[in-house]
Amino acid sequence: MAEANYSPLPIEQRRPLSPHIQIYRWSATMVVSIFHRATGVALYVGTLLLTVYLLAAAGGGVAFADVSRFFGSLIGQVILFGYTFALMLHVCGGLRHAVWEAARGFEPGARNALAWGSLIGAVVLTALAWAGAYLL
Amino acid sequence: MAEIALPKNSVYGPGKIWPKPANAKRLTEFQIYRWNPDDGLNPQIDTFYVDLDDCGPMVLDALLYIKNRIDPTLTLRRSCREGICGSCAMNIDGQNTLACTKAIDEVKAPVKIFPLPHMPVVKDLVPDLTHFYAQHASIEPWLKTETPAPEKEWLQSPGDRSKLDGLYECILCACCSTSCPSYWWNGDRYLGPSALLQAYRWLIDSRDEGTGERLDELEDPFRLYRCHTIMNCARACPKGLNPAKAIAEIKNMMVARQA
Repeated sequence: MAEANYSPLPIEQRRPLSPHIQIYRWSATMVVSIFHRATGVALYVGTLLLTVYLLAAAGGGVAFADVSRFFGSLIGQVILFGYTFALMLHVCGGLRHAVWEAARGFEPGARNALAWGSLIGAVVLTALAWAGAYLL
Repeated sequence: MAEIALPKNSVYGPGKIWPKPANAKRLTEFQIYRWNPDDGLNPQIDTFYVDLDDCGPMVLDALLYIKNRIDPTLTLRRSCREGICGSCAMNIDGQNTLACTKAIDEVKAPVKIFPLPHMPVVKDLVPDLTHFYAQHASIEPWLKTETPAPEKEWLQSPGDRSKLDGLYECILCACCSTSCPSYWWNGDRYLGPSALLQAYRWLIDSRDEGTGERLDELEDPFRLYRCHTIMNCARACPKGLNPAKAIAEIKNMMVARQA
């Protein structure tokens, strides 16, 4: 049996908050919305990687060799792959938002198609970018 | 800022398992959120069993079965039992809807029932909607006119009247606003899908002459622009309305009047 926690506060301040994210059923549009926010944050860090690469390229010599070696290593490649995917997901999310901002694509079928479409689009674009990098 | 975790006094735990009705052939389990303001305990999830052969088809029927035969202290709002009053809005099976229009067999057992999300709980399934109603009042949901009133009614063409379809049907049940994560995190300042759909209902009304001042009131980083098109509102609406689209239309009106 739980302990009773009587409180001197008036009832309006003692009221519990009903559960929310803990119990709400997830949907495609909810998932891509949080992905868009998360990738937006991730890109702040990812863009630093690009800056480091460009600085090293400008500096040349040893600095560029070191940075190239890091990006060529397994860890470096995994980070770059994650950065590419985050970038593509954010780009596709931006396109999705452009459609919604035109007040289109709000019907149930259309909004789910846009959500899934942006996810699939990001996977395809990431695959294309990496295939291009390795094959060309 | 988004506070994901529930406050200490709101964390819920397992509750009482009520006895099964005797001689029942088709039993369905219901897990229902309970909170009693008088016992000083945290919220609990009680388990009930409902005899489907002795109960109507809707979730509201099951709740009234429980209230009438198992635990008369189970507290909920209900009135019309046909989806027009909006009283029995609650979270069923992870989604906000009306208990009276949600069929029991649409839901996989056990049927989980919570009050509308991220609201102060008055008791059991009854949330405090004071702030929600105040937000509705704040958009001034009435016809505003400058020109002298006509002798009879304000006229409107059938075409202009049809622009109110999909808006006027709102029953203020709060399913949409309390389904919205943006409203969860910023509901003190963000008006939420329900109030904004109502705002658009008056903005688009050809007879209303308060469009400019209505848009001025909404032009705010929080009141309008916390909508991030998460779309939970449109999925939740038991009347099939689309608050997300109405909000997008308001945003477009904001842009159009600057052009």
